[in-house]
Amino acid sequence: MSASATSAVGTRIGSVPQPPRRPRKVRVAHPQAIAFFIVPFAVLFTLFYLIPIAYAVYQSLLVIEREGTFGKATEVFGGLTQYILVFQNGPFWESIARVLAFGVVQVPVMLGLALIFALLLDSPLLRGKRFFRLAFFVPYAVPGVIAAIMWGFLYSPNLSPFTALTSNVSFLSADLVLWAIANVVTWVYVGYNMLIIYSALLAIPTEIYEAARLDGAGQLRIAWSIKIPLIMPAIVLTGIFSIIGTLQLLAEPQVFRSFSSAVTSTFTPNLMVYSTSSIPNVNLAAAFSVVLALATFVLSFSFLKFTQRKEAK
Amino acid sequence: MSALTEPAVAPGAPTRVPTSRRVAKGPRESPLSQIGAMTVMLVFTLYFLIPIWWLFIAGTKSSSQFTNTNPLWFADFNLFENIGDLVVYRDGVFLKWMLNSAVYAGAGALLATLFAAMCGYALAKYRFPGREFLFNIVLGGVLVPATALALPLFLLFSQVSLTNTFWAVFLPSLVSPFGVYLTRIFAAASVPDELIEAARLDGAGEVRTFFTVSVKLMFPALVTVFLFQFVAIWNNFFLPLIMLRDETLFPVTLGLYAWNSQVNQIPELRGYVLIGALLSIIPLIILFLLLQRFWRSGLGAGSVK
Repeated sequence: MSASATSAVGTRIGSVPQPPRRPRKVRVAHPQAIAFFIVPFAVLFTLFYLIPIAYAVYQSLLVIEREGTFGKATEVFGGLTQYILVFQNGPFWESIARVLAFGVVQVPVMLGLALIFALLLDSPLLRGKRFFRLAFFVPYAVPGVIAAIMWGFLYSPNLSPFTALTSNVSFLSADLVLWAIANVVTWVYVGYNMLIIYSALLAIPTEIYEAARLDGAGQLRIAWSIKIPLIMPAIVLTGIFSIIGTLQLLAEPQVFRSFSSAVTSTFTPNLMVYSTSSIPNVNLAAAFSVVLALATFVLSFSFLKFTQRKEAK
Repeated sequence: MSALTEPAVAPGAPTRVPTSRRVAKGPRESPLSQIGAMTVMLVFTLYFLIPIWWLFIAGTKSSSQFTNTNPLWFADFNLFENIGDLVVYRDGVFLKWMLNSAVYAGAGALLATLFAAMCGYALAKYRFPGREFLFNIVLGGVLVPATALALPLFLLFSQVSLTNTFWAVFLPSLVSPFGVYLTRIFAAASVPDELIEAARLDGAGEVRTFFTVSVKLMFPALVTVFLFQFVAIWNNFFLPLIMLRDETLFPVTLGLYAWNSQVNQIPELRGYVLIGALLSIIPLIILFLLLQRFWRSGLGAGSVK
C-alpha cells in the first residue's frame, strides 16, 4: 500500500502521465465473491467429470489376475494390456465402423434438412411459420428411448399403420435396421437443429439483404451467398453435437434389441461398453470407454478445426 | 403479412416508396416457389406429427381394437380407462416413475442452471488468474458426452456404495458445462459493466448484485440452460440404466424401456407401454410451449458466437 503511494507521489513529481505499476502482482478484486460463484460448479465438475475420467483411465490400466481358475481375483497393474485387447477386439471396431457409416449418412441428411427448413422459415415464401416451427420441434420433446419404442411399433409389420409398406420392406432386418434407427434419430433431432440454425438466421440484420435484393438476387441466391456463410458457426455447432451423438448411440439400438434380433449386444460402441461392463469386465469396459471418449473428442475437435480453416480461406 | 413487414422495412428506405414495396414483397417470389416451399413443409409436417398422432390414437383404443381397427383413426374412446389402468398397475409404479423423472430433471436442472450461471457470470465479469484455463477445461467438458461418463461414474459410485440410490442419478446431473459456456457468452453480452459498477456504488455486494440485477438480465439464457439440462436429464438413459436396479427409483424412460423389453413374456404390457409413452411426452411439450418465448432468444445467443 505504502509502496504504491510513494510511487504515485514520485511519478507526480517526475510528471510521467502513466505511473509505473508494480510489475505482475495482480490484485484480484472481490476474491470472496469469485470463489462463491465458482466453487460450487468447480467442485461438481471435478467430482463428476474430471475424477471419473481419471478413474476410468486408471481402471483401464489394471488387469485381473486369478490364482488358478476359481482362485481369488486380484487387480494388478497391467499397463496397456486392456488397450491391446481393445485394438484386437473385432466386434468393437465393427461397431465403430457401423456408427461411422451411420454418421456419414445420417448427420449430413439431418443437418441438410434442418438447414433447408430453417432457410424456408427465414424466407418470405412461407405462411404459418409459427405452426411449422412448433410442429417440427415437437419430436425433440420425445426422449430417445420413447421415440425408439414408438418407431419400433411403427416398423413392426403387424402393428404398423403403414402395413402396405412394412409388410414388403423389412425395416427391422439386419440390412435395414441401422437405417431404421437413423430415421428415428433424424426424426427426433431435425427440429432441434433447425431451431439453432434458424435462431442464427434471425440474428442477421435484414439490411444486409437489401443490396442483394436491389441487384435482383432471388431467395436461393441470397441463401447460398449470404445467409449460409453467415450462419456457418451455428452449422458447425450442430455438426459437432451430431458427431458426439452419433458415436454415443445407445438408447435407440438398446430399445431395438427387443424388436429385432439383428441388433446385437455389440451393435454400437456404447452397447459394447454396457455389455462388457455387465459381464463383468470393468477394466476392459473402462478401456473401451476411454478409447470411445478420445475418438469422440478427436473427431469433434478436428471437425471444428477443419471447418474453421475452410472458413478462413 | 405484408402489413406487418412494410413498416419494419420503411425506415430503411424512407423516401422511395416503390423500393420499399419491392423489398417487402421481393422481386422473385413466384407463386410457384411459394407453393413448392409450402409443399415441402407440409409433407414434413406429416412426417413429424403422424407418429405422435398414431401414439395418441393407440392410447385411446382398447387392446382388442388396437390391431383390428384403423391405426390412424379413433375406435371406441378408451383413453381415460387406459390411463386409469396404467396408473394402478403394479401399485402405481408408473406415477412413481413420472415423479422420479420430474424430480431428477426439475430439481437437477434448476440447481445445474444456478451453478452454471454463477460460474459463467464470474468468468465473464471478473478478472482472476486461471480464468482462461478454467474456461478451456469447461469447454473440453462440453465435448465429453454424458454417456462416456456413465461407466466411470458407476465404477466410482460403487466404490462408495452409492449405486442404486437416488443420488447416483441426481448428483451427476447437476453439472452443465454447456450452461457455463452459454451463460458466459450471454453475461458478457447482456450484463453491462456500468450496471454492476452502479450497483456497487449503491452499496450492493457482488452476490446480491448477481441475484437481483444480473440474473434478470441473463434470464433468457438461464431459461435456455434450464430447458436443455432438463431435457438432457429427462432423456438420459445410460446413467440410470447402469446405476439403478430398484424399480421404484427409475425415471420414466427406464421404466418404460424395462416394460417394453418384457412385452414378449407379458403381452398386456404393450398397451401400458404405449399409453405410458404418450403420457411421458406431455410434460416436456407443455414445458417447451410455456417457455418458448425465452429459450428461443437464448438459443440464438448460444449459436451466434
